[in-house]
Amino acid sequence: MGEKWNRGLLGWIDARFPLSKMWYEHLAEYYAPKNFNFWYYFGSLALMVLVLQIVTGVWLTMNYKPDATLAFNSVEYIMRDVNWGWLIRYMHSTGASMFFIVVYLHMFRGLIYGSFKKPRELIWIFGMIIYVCLMAEAFMGYLLPWGQMSYWGAQVIISLFGAIPGIGDSLALWIRGDFVIADATLNRFFAFHVIAVPIVLLALVVLHILALHEVGSNNPDGVDIKKHKDDNGIPLDGIPFHPYYTVKDIVGVAVFLIIFSVIVFFLPEMGGWFLERDNFIPADPLKTPEHIVPLWYFTPFYAILRAVPDKFLGVVAMGGAIFVLFLLPWLDRSPVKSIRYRGVIYKIAIAVFVISFVALGYLGTQPATEIMTWFARVFSLLYFGFFVSLLIIPKFEKTKPVPDRVTP
Amino acid sequence: MKKYLVIALLALAPAWVLAAGGGVHLDKANIDPTNKQSLQRGARIFVNYCLSCHSAALMRYERMGTDLGIDEKLVSENLMFTGGKVGELMTVATAADDAKEWFGIVPPDLSVIARARGVDWLYTYMRSFYRDDSRHIGVNNLVFPDVGMPNVLWELQGIQEPVITTVKGHDGTEHKVVKLELSESGLQTPKEFDRTVRDLVNFLDYMGEPAKYDRRQLGTRVILFLLVFLVLAYLLKRNYWKDIH
Repeated sequence: MGEKWNRGLLGWIDARFPLSKMWYEHLAEYYAPKNFNFWYYFGSLALMVLVLQIVTGVWLTMNYKPDATLAFNSVEYIMRDVNWGWLIRYMHSTGASMFFIVVYLHMFRGLIYGSFKKPRELIWIFGMIIYVCLMAEAFMGYLLPWGQMSYWGAQVIISLFGAIPGIGDSLALWIRGDFVIADATLNRFFAFHVIAVPIVLLALVVLHILALHEVGSNNPDGVDIKKHKDDNGIPLDGIPFHPYYTVKDIVGVAVFLIIFSVIVFFLPEMGGWFLERDNFIPADPLKTPEHIVPLWYFTPFYAILRAVPDKFLGVVAMGGAIFVLFLLPWLDRSPVKSIRYRGVIYKIAIAVFVISFVALGYLGTQPATEIMTWFARVFSLLYFGFFVSLLIIPKFEKTKPVPDRVTP
Repeated sequence: MKKYLVIALLALAPAWVLAAGGGVHLDKANIDPTNKQSLQRGARIFVNYCLSCHSAALMRYERMGTDLGIDEKLVSENLMFTGGKVGELMTVATAADDAKEWFGIVPPDLSVIARARGVDWLYTYMRSFYRDDSRHIGVNNLVFPDVGMPNVLWELQGIQEPVITTVKGHDGTEHKVVKLELSESGLQTPKEFDRTVRDLVNFLDYMGEPAKYDRRQLGTRVILFLLVFLVLAYLLKRNYWKDIH
């Protein structure tokens, strides 16, 4: 590679910086399996949404005021008096929810095709850290409009730290910087939301992709394409990421942007799921809303929290529900990666897990009545039960033979 | 098993809906945001009846005039009672301390009230005041019990009295239903009054998001563009991939 590029401006750069080398390594000569399906759009889409959030976020910052007396009005100022402000704001608020949709689908892909298994454990771990950072980013960002739901949602979530025995109260106080959510909290959340967390997120995305490109992409068949190479050392079932997957991902981007635009231009509140009604009332520390709900992407974990009668144990269960995902590579030891070649019992386990997660997500948005709490308990047990079942299932599971090469 | 779970969840749905609505039936506002005349009438009601206590401090008179097709001169002569320039925000002259003393609460800013409450709630609320001599303001409200606001539109609507009837439900239990009946008619017939409130709610909805009209117009064009883009992107993909089997 590279001889013909050695002259001119690019040659000058290549002698000083591995520009062409990086281009070939990560795009033009990165060989990806040729059998990627629908589920493989969401990685590149997540990256695009991240860029979208950063760009719209920068422009929002130009007019947003991180001050408890000005924040709410400054958002409405952006919606009314800033040219195209409404568009930028809706892109950002819709982008936040769409980010989670895309990331959840991306994670589900990894789950069903065993993309977290050896040698891709670190890719999964980096991805999980990205997911946790994303939750922190979304949580702190949601305080910034300084509406009632921003305020009380943050109040509830931070009070959870108070449940930790011994240090709890001082920890919650330290996080808030005041006895209640206040100007100090808003300012520090703003700093984390626009600077600290995005930097960490970007760094983690680089690590995620570097780790992926070191070992190569998994595929819907879960077979290793590097086992069969041609004389030039190129995998027989591999195709260069660029141009094949760049042109393919553009199709995914177009479909995504159409859905995204329908929401931004016609349903920006998404019936209260993306922008909650109570958040159009300015934050009032003296008036608790009737029904405090976190945004939909947190509700599965919120339902688990409420399902446990003891507050501290609830916090532990909620943390555990996220932490157990980190352990996935070591829980599921089946040598068969893809769901395509695994047994019926595994497929049922996956189905129950998905139903539990969605049901918990729904229950987390509803008032915690007795019957709802019982439902939440059942689904919480099923959620954790899935991870236990992963330890047991491979011991007696009847898997199908895995092909040698990818199937078309 | 999946099927039974879904059925079990669906069976619970009506209970949740009732719990969420607070038990009060809301009438449909049926507003038409494209009806400029309705919006203009709503604006007139708003500045005449609401703006003396409630502010709309995120909204500018000038923007309202431009969007509703009312020229600047008319806005400053007919819709601005406090003087000032049309570029100004729709603030209120009543001091917050006075309001607190008179109503027990500072009347909330109404700029985004339609987005917080929803148009159906506002439409029902404005029509659900009834006479209640036990209260210092002389009225109460079905949708908003022990409301702090008097019925500012009483002159138009007249005075409503509550009529309590007992109704037997499907399951045989008896429960009370409160209906409001006009005991003293106002300047408008009930039908005219409904239209007045609808116009007002339409205006409040517009004010909650003045960019809504532009948003929808631009959205159609953006999506049309993206559909064309999708076709081209797909053809490009298909051409590149024709050798991959």
